[in-house]
Amino acid sequence: MSNATINRQWTTRLRKRVEGVLPPEKLLPDTQPSYVASWIYVFGVATLAALGLVTLSGLVLALKGPTWWHVSNVGHFVNSVHLWSVEVFFFSMVIHLWGKFFMAAWRGNRSLTWITGGVTFMASIGTAFTGYVSQTNFDSQWIATQAKDGINSTGAGAYFNVLDLGQMLMWHITLLPLAAIALTGLHVILVRKRGVVPPFADEVSA
Amino acid sequence: MQPSHLAGIVNLDHPGHYIHFHWLLISYGNAIVIALMMATFVAALFLPFPGARRKGHHHE
Repeated sequence: MSNATINRQWTTRLRKRVEGVLPPEKLLPDTQPSYVASWIYVFGVATLAALGLVTLSGLVLALKGPTWWHVSNVGHFVNSVHLWSVEVFFFSMVIHLWGKFFMAAWRGNRSLTWITGGVTFMASIGTAFTGYVSQTNFDSQWIATQAKDGINSTGAGAYFNVLDLGQMLMWHITLLPLAAIALTGLHVILVRKRGVVPPFADEVSA
Repeated sequence: MQPSHLAGIVNLDHPGHYIHFHWLLISYGNAIVIALMMATFVAALFLPFPGARRKGHHHE
């Protein structure tokens, strides 16, 4: 096969493009600027770690269907891990968000990094809310009956029925987590590609 | 179904407690979490980061 033919292949073109946009040393760098040594970034990483634990515990909960964990000690434990890792996830994410807001982290062509972070936050809220109504207990029934009035007032109730456990569970364990995880991945890739935003003083002196 | 040993630490078998001040209505649980987040945020801003001054300062 000639070089010209190889260079026309979509695999070759895609590889070269990915290597150009995000070379391995940028994707997994050896060092970071000194201003990255800050607790604010620890909370970003804590958010990622919590997301991993949320996903793992959710996968275990899914193994035997939507109700088994109500009547099992192991189920109670895994459900508690799922709940508390979500608490850590949102706690860390909000601190990370506040920090990045006051740093104006969208500076220097980083608007898409900021936007993917914000949209991830919204997708995560949707995932959490559909989780509330998927608990298969009286709490979820109460929450769903309250939520349906809100959703119906928007006119979306015919398409997004919070009283439909099957629909809510599917959104909770497939559509919304997929969106949240994909957006998180994109957010991290953008952080790697465009780098961490420098402090205001460094930007002015640059 | 075995009751959890940890469940006895905090009795949750009662109606929720709320802070109600004019238009503001928030449960104590949510208010405490928000206060903790704000305290942690301030701590994250001002607490020294371990090893930040000792490590090589690679500056891009």
